Amino acid sequence: MNSGSPPLFLQEGPDSIVAWRDGRPIDARRFLHDARALARRLPAGRHILNLCADRYRFAVGMAASLLSDKCSLLPPTQAPGLIRELREFAPDTVCLTDDADCALELPLLFYGDAIDDGPQAATLAPARDGDWQVPRIPGSQLAACIFTSGSTGAPIPHRKSWGRLVHCVRAGATQLATLRRQGCAVLGTVPPQHMYGFETTVLMPLQSGAALSAARPFFPADIAAELERLPRPRVLMTTPVHLRSLVSAETALPAVDLIVSATAALPVSLALEIERRYATRLLEIYGSTETGQIAARRTALERAFRLWPGVALELIEQRCWAQGGHIEQVTALADEIELCGPDRFLLHGRTVDLVNVAGKRSSLSYLNHQLNAIAGVIDGAFFVRDDRDASLAGVTRLGALVVAPALEAADILAQLRQRIDPVFLPRPLLRVAALPRNETGKLPQQTLRALIAQAAAREPHLFA
Amino acid sequence: MSEQALPQGATERLETAALEREIARLIVQGLNLPVAPEQIDADAPLYGEGLGLDSIDILEIALIVSKQYGVVLRADNEENERIFRSLRHFAHHVAAHRTK
Repeated sequence: MNSGSPPLFLQEGPDSIVAWRDGRPIDARRFLHDARALARRLPAGRHILNLCADRYRFAVGMAASLLSDKCSLLPPTQAPGLIRELREFAPDTVCLTDDADCALELPLLFYGDAIDDGPQAATLAPARDGDWQVPRIPGSQLAACIFTSGSTGAPIPHRKSWGRLVHCVRAGATQLATLRRQGCAVLGTVPPQHMYGFETTVLMPLQSGAALSAARPFFPADIAAELERLPRPRVLMTTPVHLRSLVSAETALPAVDLIVSATAALPVSLALEIERRYATRLLEIYGSTETGQIAARRTALERAFRLWPGVALELIEQRCWAQGGHIEQVTALADEIELCGPDRFLLHGRTVDLVNVAGKRSSLSYLNHQLNAIAGVIDGAFFVRDDRDASLAGVTRLGALVVAPALEAADILAQLRQRIDPVFLPRPLLRVAALPRNETGKLPQQTLRALIAQAAAREPHLFA
Repeated sequence: MSEQALPQGATERLETAALEREIARLIVQGLNLPVAPEQIDADAPLYGEGLGLDSIDILEIALIVSKQYGVVLRADNEENERIFRSLRHFAHHVAAHRTK
């Protein structure tokens, strides 16, 4: 809903904890101080590309942007081509970064230790009970613009108002009840620039009074060490890839009260293994950049997802549309969905053109567009590899066939690296004399598969 | 004590070179990379350019070296930039921290 003005966060009182960093708490007074100090430093433009890797600094950047009516831009990748298109989308964009070596071709605002080392909490203006007020942000204010790759080549912006973002994560927090328990701490392995990471590791804690961990653990040992430093109840927001790596590395974790997974399908066997090994509950969230998160299920115990209160699905001509709740306009979902009750559905995989590699989403048509835009490429097509025995759950890999007699494979890969996120780089990149297009210019899947099989037989080392 | 014994530094260099080749083989197998292990330039970066690995690959490599050598990688290790600079640096790190 856009009505009303939800507060920046739900933490009550200046001493309540907003974040944990390196084992130390950061209270609401400090958070507001940092946000206001940063807001004063933000330049005049309306758009802030918030690339802070430290999740506390990201949250401060978002709060500062909200306080000064600026929109946070959240791109799925930092590929140079995408940054160029971002600059065209919003020429006044300034990049907020905590990476001193950030080399993006944008005006940079460095948010590093200078601000972190500002006044200590004790020296901040003492807030008497009556003085303390958490700023409210108009629900209709444009809070964030999140990008996905469109099928035509240009990134598509998804505009999110403050009111609808808050509505969505509060509805989610009612399903993830642990968040509302006193003193809950949230750790995330997903970047806050990704829709799922933005919602679950920044907005959800702030809008349920839970504290967020500033850390961004990557390796299994990082996750274990950071969880150890957080108080209970602890929530881990992560992905099937990280869950698989925890299990494969036989990592011991301290008690974790709730684990949440999204970005790719979670295999039931992995869900069972995680719940057994860590004696916890594992919820799988379903959502998309367009709709935000809309449903969850406990994958180890149930097949059907339960929709957030107020959200409804409808099947029209074999596509599923979502509406209601926080969803601004009726939105088509990119998955095959079977409805089973007013608030329940089964998920049967993605529709054909879309690919999801480790939570990063693209479409084959977009990737093909980028491949064919390279000078010297006469024809080319990406394909999804179904032969690979991936050791990490949910990891799809792509390959590509390309007709480019004048180019070396390395040249083509270097060009692609400029245009697309590295997770989508074709592995293998197969050079062929021609693609077996039919009379309408289409590539029949069967013919394509046959060509790939031939290439695999000819050059087995490329397929390992 | 034989007079033909190699000086200690030379022995270490030989062992690291053997470990480099072993790790190259494990990485190529584990990640299904489109190269032969001996084609990997021991001085080229592992991440991004060079071998062209991405973050999922690095997570897989972390699993491989924890299983094979008992080496635990951490994201907050300030040495990471050096460790992942090349196969050679990576092999050095594994040699120095292996427990099996």
